[in-house]
Amino acid sequence: MSGLVPHLSQSPAKAPARGALDGADKQSPSWARRLGDCFRPRAELTTASRWTLSLLGVGLFFGAWLIATEGGLIQPFFLPSPIAVLSRLVAMITQEGFLIDIWASTFRVMSGFFLAAALAIPVGVLVGNFAAFRALIEPLLSTARYLPASAFVPLMIIWLGINEEQKISVIFIGTFFPLALLIADISASVSKDMLNSAYTLGANSRQLFFRVLIPACIPAIVDALRVTIGIAWTYVIVAELVGADRGMGIAILQAQRFLLTDQVIAGIVCVGILGVLTDFAFRFAHRKLFPYMY
Amino acid sequence: MSQVVAENISVKFTRHKGEPRTALAETDLAIEEGDFVCLLGPSGCGKSTLLNVIGGLTVASTGTVTVGGQVIANPGPDRGMVFQNYSLYPWLTVRGNVEFGLRLNNWPAQRVRTVAGELIDLVGLTDYADQYPKVLSGGMRQRVAIARALALEPKVLLMDEPFGALDAQTRSRMQELLLDIWARKRTTVLFVTHDIEEAIYLADRVLVMSTGPGRIVEDFRIELPRPRVADVVASREFTEYRRQMLSLLRH
Repeated sequence: MSGLVPHLSQSPAKAPARGALDGADKQSPSWARRLGDCFRPRAELTTASRWTLSLLGVGLFFGAWLIATEGGLIQPFFLPSPIAVLSRLVAMITQEGFLIDIWASTFRVMSGFFLAAALAIPVGVLVGNFAAFRALIEPLLSTARYLPASAFVPLMIIWLGINEEQKISVIFIGTFFPLALLIADISASVSKDMLNSAYTLGANSRQLFFRVLIPACIPAIVDALRVTIGIAWTYVIVAELVGADRGMGIAILQAQRFLLTDQVIAGIVCVGILGVLTDFAFRFAHRKLFPYMY
Repeated sequence: MSQVVAENISVKFTRHKGEPRTALAETDLAIEEGDFVCLLGPSGCGKSTLLNVIGGLTVASTGTVTVGGQVIANPGPDRGMVFQNYSLYPWLTVRGNVEFGLRLNNWPAQRVRTVAGELIDLVGLTDYADQYPKVLSGGMRQRVAIARALALEPKVLLMDEPFGALDAQTRSRMQELLLDIWARKRTTVLFVTHDIEEAIYLADRVLVMSTGPGRIVEDFRIELPRPRVADVVASREFTEYRRQMLSLLRH
């Protein structure tokens, strides 16, 4: 949720010290203190505690998976062990040209997403800042948001045929509407005082738009792109449902047809990893582009 | 003719239901050039509304405002405004914020640089000129906002509870700084506050406002000597002004 209206949920760089407790122990908090912090709302953790907990979460997940599978509690047909999945993934990449599938899917996701962003940014900014545009477009946008992208697949096949454009169109439809509405909200929430002060400094409408509104909402827009590219990755399977010969989605679908559960899971894991990588890339870019926020 | 003249200004806000609410009843106001005038009153007395009408940000239901003899309809650089929440541009440095208005009005680059440099110096932020607002304290941010508003050499500086969000010590230092700047620049100042001491300490005139509907009920001329020092708050005259204003505000 924290990413949805990103600039509103920005926490201050350093929370003010709460009482003597925070300032008192500079060296290393006691174990009792660290444990207490886990249950104190909004308490900040040390970097070490944060990493420990993150690793613990991942470790518990894989540990449970490992015990359930290697311990024979679940048949490999339903759930192969993480080791089997990993070795399957290595084999897919080294022997079966899975990198081509990864590239095919990445290309679709990126094309669809960047087309959606290229259109959603101007539409969102116009809807957010100009009452006339809002009145004109918002009812359509709000309605379209509730239409599932997968429902457009048959229509897109009729319109575009079964080809690359049709697959990219699924990603486009899936991301354009949420992105446009998110950007409309972001640009509408630029503080009124900021606009008023620009007017009192003699700004005209054009200067207000380009020198205040746009720079004020660009950081939040980049954050909205980060959130929405996650949605784009989730549509990759739907996009490759019909008539794809390469792609992670089709690899997963084919594996399911041949009951290769390890390959299904390897594919899912791969989509997840790529999603996380793009998220990191956006976070990194955000820090580099908007140093004044950090 | 007075620098700022407001005649028969009233503001009615339409409400979601029922009759429009009168935020400001027919009000007249005249401010002489170089005067420091405070609008003092409780929340809802229309003091900020009156300020915003003069600033051109709120459209009055009746009446006209003239600044330097010109009827105003829109916000403009002849009236610099300072808001309570600073409203700095976070993507610009201190210097960028101060230069912002000058650049909007296409001043020559050399002159922009000089004027901004002088103002940053005036508010004591030379060491922070290349920092972003994020790293500044509340008092420092408000100093940037004051420098930014002064950059275009406005005829009048309109300040809407500018020190309302600051702690007591910072506020008192900012009041001294503001008087110091005003003594040097001699810009006409209209300053909105709900703090009686602040109003008496700063102003040549205190206009006390009242609610239901918002209007000016009394016009005090503050005859305390200048330059004012912090000790003035302990003087008999100061106490007398405060007593009178307090009894007005209580009724």
